[in-house]
Amino acid sequence: MTKYKKPSRNFITYAAVILAFLICQLALSGMIDGFKMSRSLKGQLIPICVYIVMAVSLNLTVGISGELSLGHAGFMSVGAFSGILISQYLLHAFPEADLELVRLIVALGFGGLMAGVAGVLIGIPVLRLRGDYLAIVTLAFGEIIRNLINCIYFSVEGRGLNFSFLDPNLPGTMLINGPMGATGIKKLATFEAGFLLVMFTLIVVLNLINSRSGRAIMAIRDNRIAAESVGINVTKYRMLAFVVSAALAGMAGALYGLNYSTIQAVKFKFDTSILVLVFVVLGGIGNIRGSIIAATVLTVLPEMLRQFGTYRMLIYAVVLIVVMLASNNPTLSSMINSFTGKFRKNSEKEGDKA
Amino acid sequence: MTQKYQRIPTKMVPAPSHGILPERDVMERPVLETRNLGIDFGGLRAVEDFNLVIGKTEIAGLIGPNGAGKTTVFNLLTKVYQPTMGTVLINGRDTHGMNTVQANKLGIARTFQNIRLFGNMTVEDNVRIGLHNQISYSTASGILRLPAFWKGERAQHERALDLLSIFDMQDLAGHQAGSLPYGAQRRLEIVRALATNPSLLLLDEPAAGMNPHETEELMANIAKIRDKFKIAILLIEHDMNLVMGICEGICVLNYGRIIAKGTPEDIQNNPVVIEAYLGKKKEEA
Repeated sequence: MTKYKKPSRNFITYAAVILAFLICQLALSGMIDGFKMSRSLKGQLIPICVYIVMAVSLNLTVGISGELSLGHAGFMSVGAFSGILISQYLLHAFPEADLELVRLIVALGFGGLMAGVAGVLIGIPVLRLRGDYLAIVTLAFGEIIRNLINCIYFSVEGRGLNFSFLDPNLPGTMLINGPMGATGIKKLATFEAGFLLVMFTLIVVLNLINSRSGRAIMAIRDNRIAAESVGINVTKYRMLAFVVSAALAGMAGALYGLNYSTIQAVKFKFDTSILVLVFVVLGGIGNIRGSIIAATVLTVLPEMLRQFGTYRMLIYAVVLIVVMLASNNPTLSSMINSFTGKFRKNSEKEGDKA
Repeated sequence: MTQKYQRIPTKMVPAPSHGILPERDVMERPVLETRNLGIDFGGLRAVEDFNLVIGKTEIAGLIGPNGAGKTTVFNLLTKVYQPTMGTVLINGRDTHGMNTVQANKLGIARTFQNIRLFGNMTVEDNVRIGLHNQISYSTASGILRLPAFWKGERAQHERALDLLSIFDMQDLAGHQAGSLPYGAQRRLEIVRALATNPSLLLLDEPAAGMNPHETEELMANIAKIRDKFKIAILLIEHDMNLVMGICEGICVLNYGRIIAKGTPEDIQNNPVVIEAYLGKKKEEA
């Protein structure tokens, strides 16, 4: 009974994601008869990966750390534009080198890094607040980031990089062009990269949660005063969760940006933050697996509902409401619990036999 | 230099406190010493001139009628509140300007009057959170699952079960903390506080909500903890059987002031204490 159990339940999540990836790959290659992916669904694969990463990383802030952040799209846009910037710069500065993979990795890394830095800068004032106030201020910061990016101009000239704020007249090839956003992006994002990013995010988040630091973060969420009384540095661990979450959102943003040939800061407005929050809430706050499922379903759903034409968003909203009601229904949840409880007991028994 | 928030200066007072220490602790440095400790909430002076010395392995009691300021004293000792005046010395070190985390690292741990467990987590995880600063490894090795992580986790697991065994709770390790019965939750809070390796344990009404049988068990366990860990314990309690049964020194608080200090026998026969609890006799009034 008191034998030391290794934290192994995460492997179910990993296995499910890998399985889903393999099925998608099979469907893409047309190996499964009668199941062909539609064009629009193919186009959704990378956004699905991006939104999974966004949802999982936001769940780290909202579910695990317990801070309602409404500015997650801001970090995504920081990651997107810095990722695009470095990858486009490398493309123009070293045109002879054929380094797509390297550029992609550098872009993701740099996007994550810059978003992490933004997370630190924003976290310092924001994490002094709690609850609703924190939500409002993160919302404001998300908008501030978007408006700042609207005023930023970058161009590349030979191997040099020009930067200006508010002044669009720059020599050389424009990389980021203020309100017009980044144009002429060489698409680098692939579904495989998206899958690897999802796996990376899952490993980081799940390993963090199931470690000493993760327990400290959850302790602060559950009872701040008690956490302080046992010597947990509240500021440090709130910051840790916030910054890791921001950095992962930045990586997702970089991948998202490199999936399109042009992208504007308007893409990352408040609606996107709310959309990701909807994934998190619908999937269950603090439930990583739920976030993955919700992000996938809700990204695919609008495309699937295209046949309903004008009623598309209406049905989307109805689905959201029904799921919310169903997941909050005590009878239903107790039914599900009894079912999964049985399942767990059975699997434990089997485990004992083995 | 203009300061926006002016910190109220803390008065340093040359040691006026002469506590009554158990004989075995007299030669040792006291684990806790407060000098003219006091705090104002707006115009209300909640605690004042609080002088207390607790010996290295003493079990002390802090009693008083409702609203006397007992929990406020605990909050002052653990730095939840910063004192308006006076000082707190833990193991001879001034805690001026420290926060709760630093006070905990100096060796002061507490339980709460209204239980503050991490209810959604397992019993073992609650204790492991207490071990946060005792058995540690870096965040990076946690994420990368480096050998330090596995070593630390195993050590935390063993230590947590070891600590839980004080109250025979090792079989509950996998249960959700919030689902435990009330008494067990109180015991778990004590274990969590002990996990931080304190030199002074503050127990805020440890026997509240316990039946007489449980209380008796608790008394034995408090003594056991003191003997095993060689620590001092200061407890707030309304159950006089418990206080008189295990405390070596008792301090009585009323309206934020100490009205009596002494051994249980002294306190029981002290007319001032009896008056504070029961009021004056009719003829005298």
